[in-house]
Amino acid sequence: MHETGPARQKAPFAEFLEEVERESGEKVRVCYQCGKCSAGCPVGYAMDLLPSQVLRLVQLGLKHEALSSSTIWLCASCEACAARCPREIEIVRVMDCLRHKARAAGYTHAPREVPIFLQSFLANLKRFGRMYEAMLVGSYNLASGHLTKDMDKAPAMILKRKIALMPPRAKGMERAREIIKNLEESKRR
Amino acid sequence: MKFAFYPGCSLESSAKEYRASTERVARTLGLQLEEIPGWVCCGSTPAHMSDRILSIALPSHTLLLAERMKTEGVLVSCASCYSRLKAANDAVKRDASVREQVAQAIGATYEGNVPVYHMLEMVAKCMDRPGFEEKVKRKLKGLKVASYYGCLLVRPPSITGFDDREDPQLMDRMVAALGAEPVKWRYKVECCGAALAFTNADIALKLSGDILEDAKSSGADVVAVACPLCQSNLDLRQRNIEKYAGIDLEVPVLYFTQILGLAFGYSAGALGLGKHMINPVPVLKKRGIHV
Repeated sequence: MHETGPARQKAPFAEFLEEVERESGEKVRVCYQCGKCSAGCPVGYAMDLLPSQVLRLVQLGLKHEALSSSTIWLCASCEACAARCPREIEIVRVMDCLRHKARAAGYTHAPREVPIFLQSFLANLKRFGRMYEAMLVGSYNLASGHLTKDMDKAPAMILKRKIALMPPRAKGMERAREIIKNLEESKRR
Repeated sequence: MKFAFYPGCSLESSAKEYRASTERVARTLGLQLEEIPGWVCCGSTPAHMSDRILSIALPSHTLLLAERMKTEGVLVSCASCYSRLKAANDAVKRDASVREQVAQAIGATYEGNVPVYHMLEMVAKCMDRPGFEEKVKRKLKGLKVASYYGCLLVRPPSITGFDDREDPQLMDRMVAALGAEPVKWRYKVECCGAALAFTNADIALKLSGDILEDAKSSGADVVAVACPLCQSNLDLRQRNIEKYAGIDLEVPVLYFTQILGLAFGYSAGALGLGKHMINPVPVLKKRGIHV
């Protein structure tokens, strides 16, 4: 106990805000809620919360509410918000940070498809070093259960030779796998 | 001028015609493209959504390979690759801790000093040089073109530094220089929905549909693009868009390099015009451009 008066305590919400600011490198606290990001967001109509509302949740330290929002997964990373933010917050970096945190904390809220797509994409990249598009569609459809997704376009694409049926091959592509493995190892340490 | 060419994954598969047309117009413009040996995928949006260091490490590895080639810099075709390569340059330059973590992942230190150009920037530079007009063998008079830039060429402006962020002009200038008519429209930097086309198709169909509808109602004969993912959302999925929105579109979507290639006198086959789902030949014919 301090004899000279009450100790200056950190507000309980500050922890989450500080974590997000540190990991994203963005000063979320300077957002003054003008709403410009939300007004210009092309996907805003489909989100449960608008981008500016997610920033507000972070400011208030409402971790669960922020990480369970569909907004962080529906954000298309189009950067319209960042190009217009008067406080120069790179909002996509904040969304990225929330996505990393949500996955690490095991949030499986809808839409489940986006994390499944990320996994298919990165597994493909790790295996081949370059995107094997035919395999990406196949593995995503299998993992998501949307088996016939985009199959309507396959015949025309094959006919027009617009899709490579064989995986990409070039010397040096295997370096991508090594890079991913190095990162996975450094995370485990 | 010699450049280290980074085609990116799509140009080896779904966007072969972008590669074919890029290589042809580069030759006419006197740009020597040498492919970066052993380049790897830039990681695109899924990498930065998953892991920041991974999203910087993948392009840094490729940029290091390019650095050894002693060229003017890297030339990129895809808007997403362009944005990721430039983001990597920015991150390793600005943040010593990121640079260090990336060095550990790729086994070498990359300082972020390889210049990165999008093909559209290079075309714009070539247009200002003497002798460009003589290369135009076929004037595209009467063809109305909606120049679509999308997101990642112009945004975030602090990283790409590409033209005006809300009303870019490079492609419009190219269209005008070829004798065609740049259409004034509202959706030139709106998002097509990108990879949401996989995971939340309805959103991508709506966003892409809005873009095509605006182009059409503004009088465009064709939309010009500079990104393989935009092209695929607008062209490959156009029939799905028509069904979803209950509208008729029939708007051909061409790479800007194909339009330039047409003006340089290349054939439809050389430019891969037959690879699009919406056949551009009828509208070209209507405007007196026989390919």
